[in-house]
Amino acid sequence: MSKEQILSPLPGIFYRRASPESEEFKSQGDSVCLGDVIGLAEVMKSFHEIKSQVAGDSITFLVEDGDAIMPGQVLAELDG
Amino acid sequence: MSISAVLIANRGEIAVRIIRSCAALGVRTVQVYSDADVDSLAVKIADKAVHIGASPAAKSYLDQKKIIDAALAEDVDAIHPGYGFLAENPDFADAVVSAGLIFIGPSASSIRMLGNKVSARALVQSIGVPTAPGSSSILKSVEEAVELSEETGYPLMLKASAGGGGRGIRVINDVLELRSMYPQASAEAKAAFGDGSLFLEKFIAEARHIEVQILGDGARCVHLGERDCSLQRRRQKVWEEAPSLISPAVRELLCQQAIRICEAASYKGAGTVEFLYDTVSEQHYFLEVNTRIQVEHPVSEMVTGIDIVKEMILICGGDSLAYEQADICIRGHAIECRINAEDPAKDFLPWPGVIESLSIPEGEGIRFDSMLHEGCVVPPYYDSLLGKLIVWAPTRGECLSKLGDALMALKLDGIPTTTSLHRALVSDSHVLSGDFHIGFLEEWLLSQYPS
Repeated sequence: MSKEQILSPLPGIFYRRASPESEEFKSQGDSVCLGDVIGLAEVMKSFHEIKSQVAGDSITFLVEDGDAIMPGQVLAELDG
Repeated sequence: MSISAVLIANRGEIAVRIIRSCAALGVRTVQVYSDADVDSLAVKIADKAVHIGASPAAKSYLDQKKIIDAALAEDVDAIHPGYGFLAENPDFADAVVSAGLIFIGPSASSIRMLGNKVSARALVQSIGVPTAPGSSSILKSVEEAVELSEETGYPLMLKASAGGGGRGIRVINDVLELRSMYPQASAEAKAAFGDGSLFLEKFIAEARHIEVQILGDGARCVHLGERDCSLQRRRQKVWEEAPSLISPAVRELLCQQAIRICEAASYKGAGTVEFLYDTVSEQHYFLEVNTRIQVEHPVSEMVTGIDIVKEMILICGGDSLAYEQADICIRGHAIECRINAEDPAKDFLPWPGVIESLSIPEGEGIRFDSMLHEGCVVPPYYDSLLGKLIVWAPTRGECLSKLGDALMALKLDGIPTTTSLHRALVSDSHVLSGDFHIGFLEEWLLSQYPS
């Protein structure tokens, strides 16, 4: 089975929730459709949704909530 | 003056700016820093640097206890809050004073009186300064907002009482929008500022943003003239100049009203009174008071020759105002361009990274306030301001011409910046003639600016 990757489009801080009280956008193992929001990037006090450019099952996050991320970095993998 | 050592509770270009004024006064400096700022210019040039925590501001520059503990441990006399972070937090000002230290800024009671937008509106109305038609107190319900909207008309602005600096504002076009946006605006204000209170004001589209720079010593105030900050994107200033192009009679009126407002609040230190000037009706309206040093203070320094940060320190150290109004003259013209780490080609997406090479224009009347150096890392945690290019010349025309040359000479590689936006603005016919208002830049970006 091939692995699909979700890459960060921008540099920033990665969050898995819209706010500390919110539910995670995606939990480990969830399936993901094209365009689903998988996280939020905070870049210099502005917030940007990170949408999946691929679809697949069983998401595995490779970065933690609050980690600094770089453009092109693999944020998560999906079973394609 | 009783201050011999200052802790700087800020970062970036303003920390560097404060350290330079302290050095000129012979005042020792202690710079606090987060993980991300360990190699920053402010840390390098301060007499002492103290690590206070992790990179997110909540764990460092917003942590009141860590900052006050560092100030006590380093035996400083005073804390300078800069702008943003804790600068307009009256509880922090109180905590600094309770710890036996000096807060370089107005008293907590002045900040409370002027920082809350509704109480500031009430104060200025009580001394006869006009405010835009709208609420006289906090809105109690959406029904009250609808009732009031029948008097103000549409479009109107729904504003967070605890907001400021362009945040917590929505433009509402009709009653349906008012009903649907009201709960959301209140919830957002609660989340952002810890206070969901809202008020409303008539929206004035073709207005200039004119603000008056004030210095006060608690007993009396002087003004350092006004600035025009009408070139804004998403209510954030992009380009500021002094003096503005309003008539001498309106200038005098605004400056005198700004002094009255600040004297009514027993204002101490540097502050800014913001107005909107309706270019159609030629009416002006009080907008808000910013109880801190502002990003764009250098244009006022360039036309008055007064070091505003130095004056703040002297006044808060116990000195009386060093100037009578008649001592202050406005000479020539100054323009500031904010150079931000944002990509104009991607709808101004902020983009942190590494400054690979840097070339800064130099010459008489050219100033670049910044924390940048070659190889420096611009972290993703804080705002996108990299530096401010400020140019002075005897006339506005000469200033624009010199600014155009300076912008061409400013070279900054490694990350996208707003330098290219300013190069386009400086040659635009409306900008050259001074024919713009607060809505101009966003319209211009849509119609004139090739992304």
